[in-house]
Amino acid sequence: MSEPIKTDVLIIGAGPCGLFAVFELGLLDMKAHVIDILDKIGGQCAELYPEKPIYDIPGLPYVTGKGLCDALLAQIKPFGATFHLQEMVQTIEKIGDPLFRVKTDRGQMFEVKVVVIAAGGGSFQPKRPPIPGIEAYEGASVYYAVREMEALRDKRVVIAGGGDSALDWTLNLAPIASHLTLIHRRSEFRAAPDSVNKMMKLVGEGKIDMVLGQISALAGEGGRIAKAIVKRNDGSNFEIACDALLPFFGLTMKLGPVADWGMEMKDGEYIVVDTAAFESSVPGIFAIGDINWYPGKLKLILSGFHEGALMAQKAYHYVYPGKRLVFQYTTSSTSLQKKLGVA
Amino acid sequence: MPKITYIDHGGTARTVEAELGSTVMETAIKHGIPGIEAECGGACACATCHVHVDAAWRETVGEPSPMEEDMLDFGYDVQPDSRLSCQIKVTAELDGLVVRTPERQA
Repeated sequence: MSEPIKTDVLIIGAGPCGLFAVFELGLLDMKAHVIDILDKIGGQCAELYPEKPIYDIPGLPYVTGKGLCDALLAQIKPFGATFHLQEMVQTIEKIGDPLFRVKTDRGQMFEVKVVVIAAGGGSFQPKRPPIPGIEAYEGASVYYAVREMEALRDKRVVIAGGGDSALDWTLNLAPIASHLTLIHRRSEFRAAPDSVNKMMKLVGEGKIDMVLGQISALAGEGGRIAKAIVKRNDGSNFEIACDALLPFFGLTMKLGPVADWGMEMKDGEYIVVDTAAFESSVPGIFAIGDINWYPGKLKLILSGFHEGALMAQKAYHYVYPGKRLVFQYTTSSTSLQKKLGVA
Repeated sequence: MPKITYIDHGGTARTVEAELGSTVMETAIKHGIPGIEAECGGACACATCHVHVDAAWRETVGEPSPMEEDMLDFGYDVQPDSRLSCQIKVTAELDGLVVRTPERQA
């Protein structure tokens, strides 16, 4: 196991609220690491609506999800936060007053004085296709991600989906698998046209099969798939013998382990916080943005920004106990301007 | 105001009044209709407001746009009568519309 990373604050979630929290903490001299399960920064703004317009960010009449995240990244650049992507926090253990030991699904440990949960609707996880009994095969012959291509060498592989993941893995695995079938609901693909063309070429050369339909059932034993039963769009069924199934049906938000971290929850899905500091029932663990709840809560990005600013004021006293905090404005304070690299 | 009927997977029908210009998804959320989640809030960026349009209404409601079709790939039990309810605008012609919510959203 690697050495624990010791820093002031760990922010869980790299969406707009997590990013702006870096800014507010940075102004008060607190160093942050940010962890996110996605492979990119931006949270829902990056995953769900990168190109969709947002009209209610104060001072920005119009901005896209990606545009907002890019601007926030530029804004927090002076504070040099470290990002840990494709990683999920599993446990948070209180080991001091306050000091937390945080462990991720990759076995990385953090020791931090403050935890800020800015996890939005939870963590994005691969969507499980509606195939009865698919759980029994997960991990043994159904995979939602490819960690090691060699494990699929000379295997009969079925890939389901029509987006970039499905097409990329079809192209990558075609030379490795003994037989590869791509199954998609319709003849149009969301994936990049270049990938679709390459895939159609492989189909034309007889190197892979492409089938229009949806998998309706799986058969096999002891976690090992033997065949997939596919329903064609005309209602007829047929079977494909296979050793592995890779479904790529996008991501969905799941709360994940948050509810196990000992904080008071609302309806089992939101972290209850006070409105003075947006701190949870566990001192030192804060929650900002869509994941928290308090009377009057609105799930707006702008609310999350406000919550981050107040959070930082209280977090300061955990990171610098006994030190006086003088409130300052970025417009006039030379010390803040130095931190921002503009003075 | 046009009326919309939502029939859930168990067969329970709920009829509510819809505002012209709003969407079938927004109408459902406003009236607390179960079976529609609308995770992305109506941006056509998820597939959790998926409904099956009653056969008698399919022609009036029309076909999904290519962008909506792309999102429907992520839906659960997608059929030729599937639409994302955030993409169906309420018009006077839709008075009496019947949609069915699927067993679960994706």
